[in-house]
Amino acid sequence: MREQDPLIRVKNFEEVNCGYTLEQALNESERCLLCPDPACVAGCPVNINIPKFIEAISAKDFRGAYNVITASNLLAAVCGRVCPQETQCEGVCVVGESLEPVAIGRLERWVGDYAIKEKWSNVPHIEPSGYKIGIVGSGPAGMACAADMAKAGCDVTVFEAFHQAGGVLKYGIPDFRLPNTVVDAEIENLRKLGVKFECNTLVGRLFTIEQMRNELGYDAVFIGTGAGYPSMLGIPGDSLNGVLSANELLTRCNLMRAKEFPNYDTPLPLGKRVAVIGAGNTAMDAMRVSLRLGAEKVYCIYRRSRTECPARAEEVHHAEEEGVEFHWLTAPVEILDDGKGNVRAMRCIKMELGEPDESGRRRPIPVKGSEFEFETDQVVFAIGTNANPIIGQTSHLRLNKRGYLAAGDDLATSMAGVFAGGDIVTGAATVIEAMGAGRKAARGMKDYLRIRDIETGSVGEAGIETFFGIDLRERNFARIRAA
Amino acid sequence: MLDVNAGAGFTILAREDFSDVTYSLVIRHPLMARAAQPGQFVIVMSHESGERIPLTIADFDRDKGTVTLVVQAVGKSTKEMQQLCQVGTTLYGLVGPMGVPSPLAGKKKVVCVGGGLGVAPIFPQARGFKENGAYVIGILGFRTKDLVFWEEKFRACCDELILCTDDGSAGMKGFVSDGIKHAIAGHSNIDEVVAIGPPIMMKACAEVTRPHAIKTIVSLNPIMVDGTGMCGGCRVKIGDEVKFACVDGPDFDGHKVDFNDLMMRLKRYREEEKAALDRWSEHCRMMNQAPPVLKGRGVANSPMDLPDPFEETLGG
Repeated sequence: MREQDPLIRVKNFEEVNCGYTLEQALNESERCLLCPDPACVAGCPVNINIPKFIEAISAKDFRGAYNVITASNLLAAVCGRVCPQETQCEGVCVVGESLEPVAIGRLERWVGDYAIKEKWSNVPHIEPSGYKIGIVGSGPAGMACAADMAKAGCDVTVFEAFHQAGGVLKYGIPDFRLPNTVVDAEIENLRKLGVKFECNTLVGRLFTIEQMRNELGYDAVFIGTGAGYPSMLGIPGDSLNGVLSANELLTRCNLMRAKEFPNYDTPLPLGKRVAVIGAGNTAMDAMRVSLRLGAEKVYCIYRRSRTECPARAEEVHHAEEEGVEFHWLTAPVEILDDGKGNVRAMRCIKMELGEPDESGRRRPIPVKGSEFEFETDQVVFAIGTNANPIIGQTSHLRLNKRGYLAAGDDLATSMAGVFAGGDIVTGAATVIEAMGAGRKAARGMKDYLRIRDIETGSVGEAGIETFFGIDLRERNFARIRAA
Repeated sequence: MLDVNAGAGFTILAREDFSDVTYSLVIRHPLMARAAQPGQFVIVMSHESGERIPLTIADFDRDKGTVTLVVQAVGKSTKEMQQLCQVGTTLYGLVGPMGVPSPLAGKKKVVCVGGGLGVAPIFPQARGFKENGAYVIGILGFRTKDLVFWEEKFRACCDELILCTDDGSAGMKGFVSDGIKHAIAGHSNIDEVVAIGPPIMMKACAEVTRPHAIKTIVSLNPIMVDGTGMCGGCRVKIGDEVKFACVDGPDFDGHKVDFNDLMMRLKRYREEEKAALDRWSEHCRMMNQAPPVLKGRGVANSPMDLPDPFEETLGG
C-alpha cells in the first residue's frame, strides 16, 4: 500500500497510508486461501466472515463484500485503519506461516472507503420492537452496541458529553491515522439505522443511570464511558507548565483543532524538544502529532524494551520513519524547571530487564549510577489511564477494586437492565475490543429484553437470506416482556 | 417525567450587563436546571470553532427551567461572547452540571465569601445553606461601588451581609479577607467558610481562617478542556495528592490547596491568549465594530485582579 513519504507527511495531517488501489485490492484478495475452517474469523473480536468478504472482492462483488463486513461490523473504514491486525486476524492467517499474511485490515479499509465513496449504507429492514435503549458514550463500544440494538428494532439514543460524537475516534486518534471525516461517515450510517445522538450530555450529572431506567423510560442502558482519567507520572516536576497528558495534547489538537489556532480558539503551544513517556498507541499518536505541529526533536522514553512495547508494530515503524528518537529501557526520574515554572530538562535513568512480572513481561530494574539529563521543553505522559469516576460517583453500580464497573460475562452490571463494556470495564484496550464488548453487551441486552434476534443481515442487493430457516426480515417474534 | 430533549438549543432568554465587562446570561435548559446543585459548573462553547469555557453556575431556577451564568469579558472568547450572546441567540455547546456538588447540610453557621466574579457563583451556596437552615453570613468584595451587583439577591438569603470595596465607596473599605476577620470577631461559632474568587483572594481567605482552624472550602478554576476527567489539564495539588478539579472538585479544602502551583499553571496560555485577543480586536476594528473599551479598568492593581477572577480559563 502506498504511503506518504515520511519527510512530507511529517508536515501535514493527511493520512499516512493512502489505501489500496482497486488493482492492489484485487491482487491482495487473490492471496486468500479461503480456508474452510478459517482461523482469522476466530481471531477477529467481532468475528467478521473474513474469507467470505475477500472472496467477494476477488469476484468484484464489492457491494457483497461490504454486506458481509457490515453484518458484523458497521465501522469497516474505521477498523480497517485502527485494529491491531497483527495480533488478531492477520496474526493467525495461515498464509502468514510462510509468507506475509493476507492484508485483511487493508482490504477491510478498502471496502469501507469504497462504500463511503459510493454512499452505500446497509439499512436492514427493521421492525420496531418498542424498546427504548440509552447508550452512554459515543465511542466505539457505544456505537457498536447502538448499531446492534437499532438493528434489533429498538429506539436507540446515544449520549455524549463532548459537543461532537465519536469518542476516542474523534478526540484521540489523529487525522493522519483516522480522518474525522471517516468517523463522521460511519456515524451517519448509524443515524440511517435510526440511532439518535445527543451531544453535550454528561450522564451521571445531568441525569443519572438510575433516572434513565426509572424516569426517562429506558428499558436498558449501556455504559461505554471509557477509561479516560490519565495516570500521573508521580515524579518531581510533573505539574510544571509544559507537562501534559497525551489525552490533553490529542484532544486539543484533534477535537478542538488547536492545530488550526487561531482560526480555532483552543491554543496548544508546542515545545521544540518534546519528550513523550510511554510507548503505547496513544504515545505514538502524541509523538507524531508533535512532529506535525513543528517540534524539532521528539523523544520516546520507555522503561521496557522494544519487544514489550504495546503499540501496533505499524505505528512504531511509522514513528521511527518520521524521525522519533526512541530511548528504550529508560525511565523518567525528574522534570527540571527553568525557574519560571516551565519545563527545561528531564532526568532519566537507564533500566535493564529482570525476571518476568505479573504481566508476564520482564520487569525493568534501574541501573545504578546511570542517571542522565537532557534538554526538553515539553513532556507528554502516555502511561495509561484509570477508570473515569463520574458514573461511579453518581450511581450505585458496583465497581471493582480498581474503580472500573463490575460486569459479568454477559456484561450485565449490578443493576438490572444496565450493561457496560469497553475500557470502563476492562481498563484501557483497543478500539476493536471495545466494539466487541459493545456487541457482546447488545447480545446480553437482547436476552434481558427477550428479544429473539438472529445476528443481523441486510436486505439489499444481496437478496433475502435465511438463517436457520428464519427469514431475516422476521424479527422479535418471540418477544415476552420480563415482568 | 424527564425529557432529554428539553435542553436542546441552549437559547439565551435574558441578559443583564452589570458593568462594561461583566454580564449575566439566563439560558433555557430545564434538565440542567433540575439537576444543578450549588458548587457545580458548566462548559460553554459559543460557536463551533470556539474553545470550551468552564463557568460556575451562578443561579438556577427549577420552575422556569433556566440556568444563569455570569461572565467577565477578559479574553478573546468571553469578549466575543459579550458581542454574540444576545437574547434570542443560542449557544453552540453547553454541558453540565459538572463537578461534585458542595455539601450543604448539617451546618449551623457559615460564611459565604465571593470576590469579584466569585460573587455570582457563591450565590447558590449561600441560598442552599439558608434552605438547609444555617445562619448565613455573606461577604461580597468588589473594587468599587459601580461594580456591585446582586446585593439584593444576597440580602434575601443572608442573615448578615458584609459588603467590601477596595476604595470604600460601598460597604466597608477593604478586601474580603478583612470582611472575614470582621465576621470571626463577631462570631465564635462559625462552622465553615466557603470562598470563591481569584486564587490570590481564596489563598488570603484560607490564611485568615487557618489560625482559627475554621474549615475553609474554596472553588478552584484551573485550565480545563473536557471537564469530564479525561485530559488532566485541571490537575491541582491538594496536600500530598494530585486531584482533578473537574471530577474530584471543584471544591477543595482551602488549607490544603497549593495555590502557588495553581497560579503558576493558570499562566500556561498567557501568550496565546494575548495573541488571540490582539488578533480579534484587530479583526473587530477591520469590521468597524470596535470591541468594548475597558474604561481604565483593565489594569491589575489589587489582589482581587491578580490573576483575573474567573478568567475564562485560558485555553480551556
